[in-house]
Amino acid sequence: MQDMGSAFSLAFGLLLSADADLMEIIGLSLQVSLTALLISCLVGLPLGALVATCRFRGRSALLVLMNALMGLPPVVVGLIVYLYLSRAGPLGWMQLLYTPTAMIIAQTILITPIIAALSRQILEDLHEEYSEQFRSLNVPWRAEIAALLWDGRFSLVTVALAGFGRSIAEVGAVIIVGGNIDHLTRVMTTAIALETSKGDLPLALALGLVLLVIALTVNALAFVMRQAASKFAYA
Amino acid sequence: MNTLLPLQVEDLTLVLGGETLIDGISLTMIEPGISVIMGFNGAGKSLFLRMLHGLVPQTSGSIHWAGEGSSQNMRLRQAMVFQSPVLLRRTVAANIDFALKVRGLGDVRRRDELLELVGLSDLAERPARLLSGGEQQRLALARALSCRPEVLFLDEPTANLDPASVALIEDTLKGAAADGMKIIFVTHDVGQARRLGAEIVFLHEGKVEEQSPASAFFAKPASSVAQAYLDGRIVV
Repeated sequence: MQDMGSAFSLAFGLLLSADADLMEIIGLSLQVSLTALLISCLVGLPLGALVATCRFRGRSALLVLMNALMGLPPVVVGLIVYLYLSRAGPLGWMQLLYTPTAMIIAQTILITPIIAALSRQILEDLHEEYSEQFRSLNVPWRAEIAALLWDGRFSLVTVALAGFGRSIAEVGAVIIVGGNIDHLTRVMTTAIALETSKGDLPLALALGLVLLVIALTVNALAFVMRQAASKFAYA
Repeated sequence: MNTLLPLQVEDLTLVLGGETLIDGISLTMIEPGISVIMGFNGAGKSLFLRMLHGLVPQTSGSIHWAGEGSSQNMRLRQAMVFQSPVLLRRTVAANIDFALKVRGLGDVRRRDELLELVGLSDLAERPARLLSGGEQQRLALARALSCRPEVLFLDEPTANLDPASVALIEDTLKGAAADGMKIIFVTHDVGQARRLGAEIVFLHEGKVEEQSPASAFFAKPASSVAQAYLDGRIVV
C-alpha cells in the first residue's frame, strides 16, 4: 500500500492525464445519476404538487409514508430491485440485472421520495400563499399546478440537487443491482469501494476527489441559485 | 351595462367554531357605482366581502346576483383585490399576463393599457415582489381589472399606502365605476369613504347596522354606533 502522499500525487496524475478508465467511470456515474434524477423529477415533482394542493382521505398517511421513504436504506432498495430483476424474479425476463438500467431503476426508487417529499413541502407553502388569489381568479387546477411549479422553480432546483447528491454518492443499491462490472456498471462509489479493498489507493482517491468536487459544485450551485433568486425576489 | 346586478343577500349567516361571525345579513344593491363597507375592527367586513365573492361559504342564507345563486361561474365575472396583494414570483407584466391567460383574454395591448392606467409601464419587466407597497397594490388592481369584472371587491386596498398610490387607485376606481362596474369596497378611512362612496353599508358585530346613501350617512347616520364610529369614539 502506498503512503498517503504518493497516493495523492498518483491520484492527481490520473486526473490531470484524464485517464481513460477514470473518465469512463466518471461518465457512467454521471449518466446513471442524472438519468435517475430526470425520471425522479418527472415523477416526484407532479406527485409533490398533487399532494400539496389536494385534500383527500389518507393524505396524512401518505405524507408520513413519503417522509419515511426519504430514509430508505440503499441496500434494501438494491435487494428488492435485485429480487425483481433476477432471473427468477417477476421482471427477470427483461434481463436488466447488472446493467446501468438496473442501477438507474434503483437510484430512481431511492431519490423519488426525496424529490416528492421536499417539493411537497415547498409547494404547499406556496399554495397556501396563492390559494385565495387563485380561487378569486378561478385558476383551473392544471394551471395552478403549473404556476406553483414555475414560481417555486428555484427552490425546486435545490431539491433536485439534493436528490442528485444522494444518487451520485450512493453505493449500496448500485453495487447489488449493478455488480460493479468493469467497463459496464462500474461507477465512482463502487470503484472506490473495490479499489480500496484491493489497496489501490490512487484510483480510489482520484474518484473520491471527483466526488468531493461534484458535491461541492452541487452545493455551490444550490447556494448561488438561492442567492440570485432572493436578490431578484423570485424565491 | 352591469348584468350581475341586483345583488340580493338574504339572511346571510356564518358560524365558525360555535361563534356567529356574520349574523343574518340581508341587503340589496341595485345600482352600479361604489358601495363602501365600514365598521369597527372585527365587525365582519372582510368576511362578508369574501362571502359575496364566494371565497367563504355561508352557514345559511343566500346570495343572488341578478337572480342567480352564487357559483364558481359567477366568480368569473368578478375580481377581488386583497389588503395584502398576492403577487406571483414573476415580472410585473407576467403577473397580468397570467390573469389574462387564465381568463382566456391573452392580449398584450390590454396588459399595456392596464399598466399605463396604474402608472407601472416603466416597471413592466421588474420582478413584481421588488415593487413598493403602493406599486404592488396598483399592480394587484391592474390584474383584477384585466379580467374585465362586472363586480370588483376591494378589501382595504389602500391601507398604509403612500398618498400618490392612494390617489391613483381612487381615480382608477372612480373611472371603472363610471363605466358601469359595481365596486364593493371595505375601508376604515372615513375620508376615503366620503370621497368614493355612493352608498355606505355599516356593519357592527356581524350585522348590517345601516345601509344608506353616502350623503345621508355622513350628514346624520341612523344608528348610534355609526355615529360613534364617525366621531372616533370607542364602542365596547
